[in-house]
Amino acid sequence: MFPSEFNFVAVSSVAEAVQAKVVAGEDGRFLAGGQSLIPMMKLRVAAPETLIDINGIMGLSGISRSNGHLNVGALVRHGDVVASEVTFGAIAAAAKWVADPLVRNRGTMCGSVAHCDPEGDWNSVLLATGAAVVAAGPQGEREIPIGDFIAGAFTSTLGEDELVVGLRIPVPTGRSGGAYLKLERKIGDYATVAVATHLELDAAGTISAAGLALTSVNPINTKVAAAEAILVGQQPSEELFAEAAEIAAAAAEPRDDVRGSAVWKRQVVRTYTKRGLAAAASQAQGS
Amino acid sequence: MDINVTLNGAEHSADVAPRTLLVDYIRRTAGLTGTHIGCDTTSCGACTVLLDGKPVKSCTMLAAQAQGAEVTTVEGLKTAAGLHPIQSAFTDDHGLQCGFCTPGMMLVGAALITENPNPTEEEVRWAISGNLCRCTGYINIVKAIQTAAARSSAASESTSETNGS
Repeated sequence: MFPSEFNFVAVSSVAEAVQAKVVAGEDGRFLAGGQSLIPMMKLRVAAPETLIDINGIMGLSGISRSNGHLNVGALVRHGDVVASEVTFGAIAAAAKWVADPLVRNRGTMCGSVAHCDPEGDWNSVLLATGAAVVAAGPQGEREIPIGDFIAGAFTSTLGEDELVVGLRIPVPTGRSGGAYLKLERKIGDYATVAVATHLELDAAGTISAAGLALTSVNPINTKVAAAEAILVGQQPSEELFAEAAEIAAAAAEPRDDVRGSAVWKRQVVRTYTKRGLAAAASQAQGS
Repeated sequence: MDINVTLNGAEHSADVAPRTLLVDYIRRTAGLTGTHIGCDTTSCGACTVLLDGKPVKSCTMLAAQAQGAEVTTVEGLKTAAGLHPIQSAFTDDHGLQCGFCTPGMMLVGAALITENPNPTEEEVRWAISGNLCRCTGYINIVKAIQTAAARSSAASESTSETNGS
């Protein structure tokens, strides 16, 4: 298989990339790692007229902490996230469950986020950690909270002329922990069910911030705000996490498919929410 | 468009259509058929090559994206000194049956032991988790990669001893 014909434009700056997109219009697509886009082009699900390769842009390959945030550039590969020592909690936990090792050497975290595959892992993690997407367009840069960025399956609120140049993920200042529990049939498969958890504790050990999001059990990655709300202000406990798990299970709308029955998937959401919150709490208490 | 890559240590250039996939560039343009096309959908790893030393799936990359990069295929493992330790180990440990996945498995193995000279069985299994084998049940592949690692470590130790004396 091979893609339909396209014009190939390699750019070396964000400004050039944005300009190329303005010229190409809606039939232009940005190419970073290409681990979702190229298979789609080979299957002719996508057939952009212009492919704008951003791999040559300097300064987008960094993953670092500054001003209380973890900043991830548009060319940071999943494998770079796995290897990074500046990640934390759910980010660090999820990285090695994205695709397979070879795909992780090419695919980028930002590309995956921008792709908005409802069964993708990163958007759940970003929903749980309260991250924002940094987009560059003709008018400059803007930050889009991840909840506003995800518009639907394979659809974001990114403007037609905008490029995702990075992610800004708030780094907890106090004790914190997180997890990403993913059930998959085999390495490289989509999640059957996955749950991202994030907890922050204050000096008294009370939960001061909580994040919980689900993958593959709703039409899009879903933040379970109602469960987060009952966690905040409470001391971590098995009973509390069981209560949150019931809310998460009720928020899931899984479907029967080759990966399993809806009933079973909902039960996995319940179990993984409990386990994920317990893991996050235990990590936070030890930090 | 003009593509210039370092293929197995030698400069290689050609004028190809932008939509040419790296695997097709390697197999058809450069004539190196050791890199296989299996699933053609980023699942099986038969098309694995090393891009600047890291294993990637060449069916899911444009040749244009390898511009200026170093690409190593299975043909590039052997040197004038003989087979690469991973190749000898696959032979000795019967790390293959039909051989279709073998180029990818060996390249992943070679990259792993360069990065981690003494991988555990668990680490080897993680490393090859993006490569499918339908014959062996993986047992001898894992064993071969560990054998290659042990032999490479032993060889580099004896080299450093020689250099030190």
